[in-house]
Amino acid sequence: MPPKSQMSEYSVLSLLREGLTGHTGWPRAWRDPAPKAEYDTVIIGGGGHGLATAYYLAKNHGITDVAVLEKGWLGGGNVGRNTTIVRSNYMIPGNTEFYEFSLKLWEGLSQDLNYNVMVSQRGQLNLVNGQAQLDAAARRGNVMRANGIDAELLTPAAVRRRVPFLDFSPAARFPIYGALYQPRAGTVRHDAVAWGFARGADRRGVDLIQNCEVTGFRIERGRVTGVETTRGTIGARRVGLAVAGSSGQVAALAGLRLPIESHVLQAFVTEPLKPLLDYVIGFGAAHFYISQSDKGGLVYGGDLDGYNSYAQRGNLPLIEEVASAAASLMPCVSRLRQVREWGGIMDMSMDGSPIIAATPVDGLYLNAGWCYGGFKATPASGWCFAHTIATGRPHELNARFALDRFRAGAHIDEKGAGPTPNAH
Amino acid sequence: MLILHCPFCGPRDHSEFLYGGDARRTRPAPDDADGARWHDYVFLRDNPRGTHVEHWQHIHGCRAWLTVTRDTVTHEILAVTAARPAAAAGDGR
Amino acid sequence: MSDQPLRMAAGGRIDRSRRLVFHFDGRRMAGHPGDTLASALLANGVRLVGRSFKYHRPRGILSAGPEEPNALVTLRSGARAEPNTRATMAELFDGLEAESQHRWPSLRFDAGALNDVVSPFLPAGFYYKTFMGPRPDTRVWMWFEKHIRRAAGLGRASTAPDPDHYAKAHGFADVLVVGGGPAGLAAALAAADGGARVVLAEQMPALGGGLADRWSADGVRWLAEAKAALAAHPSVTVLTRTTVAGWYDGNVFSCVERVADHLPEPAPFQPRQRLHILRARQAVIATGAIEQPLVFADNDRPGVMLAAAAAAFPARYGVRPGRRAVVATTNDGGYDSAFALMDAGVELAAIADSRADPPVWARARAAGAGVPVLAGWTVLGAVIGLADPQVCAADLGPLDGGGGRRVACDLIAVSGGWAPAVHLLSQQGNRPAFDTERAAFLPGPLAPGQHAAGAVTGHGDDTAQCIAQGLVAGAAAAAAADAPARSRVALRRPAPLPAAARAGVAIRPVGEAPDPPWGRIRKFVDLQNDVTVKDIALANREGYASVEHLKRYTTLGMGTDQGKTANPAGMALLARQQGRPVAALGTTRFRPPYTPVALGALHGAEVGATLAPVRRTALHDRHLAAGAVMAEAGLWMRPWYYPLAGEDMDAAYRREAAHVRAACGIVDVSTLGKIDVQGPDAALFLDRVYANRMDTLKVGRVRYGLMLREDGFLMDDGTVARLAETQYFVTTTTAQAAPVLSMLEYLLEVAWPDLRVHVASITDQWAAMAVAGPHSRAVLAAALDGIDLATEALGHMGWAEGRCAGAPVRVHRASFSGELAYEVFCPTGFGEHVWDRLMAAGADHDLRPYGTEAMATLRIEKGHIAGAEIDGRTTAADVGLGRMASARKSYTGSVLKERPDLVDPARPRLVGLEVVDASARIGNGALLFGDGDPCRGHGLGHVTSVTWSPVRGRYIGLGLLSGGLDRLGERLIADEPVRGRRSLVTVVDPVFYDPAGEKLHA
Repeated sequence: MPPKSQMSEYSVLSLLREGLTGHTGWPRAWRDPAPKAEYDTVIIGGGGHGLATAYYLAKNHGITDVAVLEKGWLGGGNVGRNTTIVRSNYMIPGNTEFYEFSLKLWEGLSQDLNYNVMVSQRGQLNLVNGQAQLDAAARRGNVMRANGIDAELLTPAAVRRRVPFLDFSPAARFPIYGALYQPRAGTVRHDAVAWGFARGADRRGVDLIQNCEVTGFRIERGRVTGVETTRGTIGARRVGLAVAGSSGQVAALAGLRLPIESHVLQAFVTEPLKPLLDYVIGFGAAHFYISQSDKGGLVYGGDLDGYNSYAQRGNLPLIEEVASAAASLMPCVSRLRQVREWGGIMDMSMDGSPIIAATPVDGLYLNAGWCYGGFKATPASGWCFAHTIATGRPHELNARFALDRFRAGAHIDEKGAGPTPNAH
Repeated sequence: MLILHCPFCGPRDHSEFLYGGDARRTRPAPDDADGARWHDYVFLRDNPRGTHVEHWQHIHGCRAWLTVTRDTVTHEILAVTAARPAAAAGDGR
Repeated sequence: MSDQPLRMAAGGRIDRSRRLVFHFDGRRMAGHPGDTLASALLANGVRLVGRSFKYHRPRGILSAGPEEPNALVTLRSGARAEPNTRATMAELFDGLEAESQHRWPSLRFDAGALNDVVSPFLPAGFYYKTFMGPRPDTRVWMWFEKHIRRAAGLGRASTAPDPDHYAKAHGFADVLVVGGGPAGLAAALAAADGGARVVLAEQMPALGGGLADRWSADGVRWLAEAKAALAAHPSVTVLTRTTVAGWYDGNVFSCVERVADHLPEPAPFQPRQRLHILRARQAVIATGAIEQPLVFADNDRPGVMLAAAAAAFPARYGVRPGRRAVVATTNDGGYDSAFALMDAGVELAAIADSRADPPVWARARAAGAGVPVLAGWTVLGAVIGLADPQVCAADLGPLDGGGGRRVACDLIAVSGGWAPAVHLLSQQGNRPAFDTERAAFLPGPLAPGQHAAGAVTGHGDDTAQCIAQGLVAGAAAAAAADAPARSRVALRRPAPLPAAARAGVAIRPVGEAPDPPWGRIRKFVDLQNDVTVKDIALANREGYASVEHLKRYTTLGMGTDQGKTANPAGMALLARQQGRPVAALGTTRFRPPYTPVALGALHGAEVGATLAPVRRTALHDRHLAAGAVMAEAGLWMRPWYYPLAGEDMDAAYRREAAHVRAACGIVDVSTLGKIDVQGPDAALFLDRVYANRMDTLKVGRVRYGLMLREDGFLMDDGTVARLAETQYFVTTTTAQAAPVLSMLEYLLEVAWPDLRVHVASITDQWAAMAVAGPHSRAVLAAALDGIDLATEALGHMGWAEGRCAGAPVRVHRASFSGELAYEVFCPTGFGEHVWDRLMAAGADHDLRPYGTEAMATLRIEKGHIAGAEIDGRTTAADVGLGRMASARKSYTGSVLKERPDLVDPARPRLVGLEVVDASARIGNGALLFGDGDPCRGHGLGHVTSVTWSPVRGRYIGLGLLSGGLDRLGERLIADEPVRGRRSLVTVVDPVFYDPAGEKLHA
């Protein structure tokens, strides 16, 4: 059992109590333990997915002899470098059910974690800019509804009622034909997701070990027995890999070659503003998406820069394109100022869908290939990966996310873009 | 901006180019019937952190396919040659 | 002028001969050209300018430059309203309007200040610990969120379109010099002297940097001479009001020039801002350093100001920032500022120096002026008036504890040392390292192409030194640029400055001042986001111990100023909490932009109607003249339908389609991709690319072809005409034209370089129009010369060349509609000519144009596939064309298309669908379920293409259905929950019309 002080619950009462005593009584959100020589299960990667996996291993499967190894600081990867959108508007069997399960987990996550991750179901409007897009949106919406997921196909007038200041003029280069609206979609405070899962896992006894980079695997007769790290060798019966952005690099240490390329995806935020935009908006014609954070900044992003990259920064052409899309959609934003830009490294897979699966190495499991979908998937990914590791078999929700699906041809290609990773 | 020195057109912004990905993959011969080889060629990548040899096509220029050696961490361009072997033999970069 | 009580009678670079009127929160005031809003406000005695983000604390003006965290206002009004504008950067113009923001009902009395009262309950990250509610849903949080959102934010954005426009300029330089202070000026001089083409960018309106802020006769002379030399040099471009915001790969810089922000509004045709996208061979970073504040109790009060900024106001604007000042410093630089204030007529009450042994020269000068220098002392707290939240005194005391004293003053000028502006270098991967002696992060080793000079190096302690470094860096950059030889122009270098009488870097960082002897103490680290010393301690205690955790948990450095005056103190305090040296914390990475950039500058002219290029066919104007409603198809504009008076789309396309079947129609198909394939190996090449045979195609014939992706899925379809033994004319779909061409070029250059084939896109060189319907032969016969249109001469899938009123044409007899039809190709320049001739000839045969919607109707009736069926997830077999794929050869995709899941008999396959009830309507994207099914899940397939069929007199469609034509005759549900429709459909053959093909062979 963790020490008593770790059990302190967050609530308005504890906040008031601590307010009167200068906030000196708050315990650490998570401990800073030294790694043990051996664990039942080691999770590589202290990002959203790794931390969620550890949390659900402990919570759902009672497996608490777990270490999460993070080469830098918890939540330092893509969980803190995204545009915070959560939604479940997926069309292809496998994706539809998985992302909806994830959205359902999001809806109760703050209470489950006793950490307010600020799940804001403000609704997402996916604008469509042509007849073919409208048809595709209808199909997507039909699939969602038939699977019990909320979706509405809105007319331009209905979009205008919600967000009157978009460019509805006929002179628009890509006029707004309508929108696929998911009311339950929204945003989540991204850093808090990492911290909430970290605290939750820690409170259940998981060791979170930062500044600990995995440099190799111990594999005996085809079975993993541990990992080499910058803080020494750590034995493990099972190892889960959740290092999106670096999946190919870490998997190569175990001799695996993956159907993944690493690409940089940029995101941007403006100076904080009073409430302007109450929805998440996706703008299909220009691959652009935007929402407003609770602090007030408009948070937005676009397409990949388009070339293999491990640099967490992008280049100017994409930044210009994104600004063009922003102001073409919302002509009032030209005077607003972009205050920060950043890049995350995406695991771009060959069909745009993830991998949560066993690998050819016994005891080694892989969680990778998230493309753009990683943040919104965080809870379901952790849930399913924990299940896969704990039972040795995939959960029905991730059964299709197999590593070897390309051998069989079982692609899960939401966009139909084929094995061109930067096109997904 | 990645600035690629096209051997035919000179230094150009990468936005003039189409990215073609890993150039170290070898396409099986047209009559190769081995499914495993095709699978590996189409779906698997080394995806190196560091030096990456890749293809770019100068679509808004001479349309030549180029072989670019680039660092995926620093984005430094180390070499650019024409992808076509005969053409590549002639340039010195 | 009595209306500007703190305006000095002389001094500053303002034009006293002109008076500018401006309004702040409705109050009318006056200033002069050359003022900033901040200086004009100070001149008028206004010091309360804004409210802080979280606690709504009253705030004044901290700085005189872009690092300003406090004095944010909404500049201008209406559609030009510009929230969060730094008053220190807003140049005054006549009629300027500014509003304070983030306060209600007024700046003076802000209800939000209640947050300050309850701040003990609102520590860093308090929102992560509450507002959740007991039930596992998001309702409680979303209720609170609504209110939190309203309380957050700073300024209010306009919802009206920005009336101004923006421009971009692409530039090239051998050497870019960033920063127009002494180091940058010297670097530009030396680089130009070295033969380089130089661009010098300075963010402020005037060159000179710190040099211009000091009243030294030598400095003034040097600056004037340097400016004159640069202005006279033909290879030097000086950009003022230009912020180098980002440094990207390839030495590409984004430089934002504020072209018209200092004017009431841009002149006609003048952009508001211009983004210079500058490619430089070499860069000299001379960005200087940013003075840091001190951390003491209530250090956020209006009247607390950075010392150099306080000194800059008299020097630049002829404004005294206060009447009686206390200066607190940790370094020699604070004395320069103190004495400059004194020279400007500000009464100097005391100087507190954190160091035990202040420099002798400074002591001497202070003693001469009767100003006490308190060695080893610092400010403990700012004291404000009872009625007025502005500084009225400073509590000073020894740094090491012990009694202090209260000194009356209205200005506390602080210098906590200087942080080199390493931001740009950091953006390009430089890792600044902490230098203990200078108590600052200094640039790490510079990469090739990078140079630094002046205060940014941490070693520019006086002007002469900065100039010397600049000269060295500029010369080195010019040499390294290896610029093409340019004509050398003799440059008159200014005479050097005399060496400084003193040099000293001694600094004693204060960290956090001891507490003053009062009750509730708050010491602010990040002024904009209200991050206090206690917040940093709390974050560390809770385990948010890495610098990145600290930033994200407390919001330190996340404001519009990105922590330019907060991060150094924050890191020092975190290090102290952890009992570690600052260097052990590492460093955080600075990201672009250096200061916030208007989105307008980034989008330039590529916005709205010009967001993306428009591709128009040669016949575009003809369609408009015929009353077509146009629609986007990728970048192309295509005629969608041609409504007659009173017709909607449904009526129009049904009429058009029926007319084609009854008589004759013409449709523009110029957007098809067209590729010329030539060479001795052309037949072999196309045979490897297409799934069906192309080597057997005879000259004079046309064949429908299928292309697969390498993974075995369908990529595209089109027609291939063999023009000669060694020449083919290939068409692709509109959408796939570019990818197919690139793929062909890739195969020829990379995979099969031995093949002697060339390909060229001729999409734009050839116009194309399809004439379809029973009268089409008659139309062509009347319009064309030299082509025998008899079936024996030109049968289905044959081609022939001829003339149309003199213009060369090639005619393919091919049919997408199922009717007797011809595709007429002609050089684009003859497009209208040929169209006109066909229309004229067709007048007797009732030829009418039809659009893409009717074209879809015709092809659906005929069971032809298009984009909705070739959606990147279907195989040739899925769409009923499996037998076209040759089993006797290998081709792209032939191996991987045999993978188990691609040949699974349960895969959805193409079928025809027809509504049971003739009045029912179905739409694209409907899901297919078995009759009686509850319609849950993914169903048996989906409807891909739908039209109302004139032939069938009802809605029909194509669909992909598991089991395919094995279900022929079955009744299914077409379910469209998002359209609120559910209809019964029958599975039928996908060829609804003329299954025997008699029409097209007619």
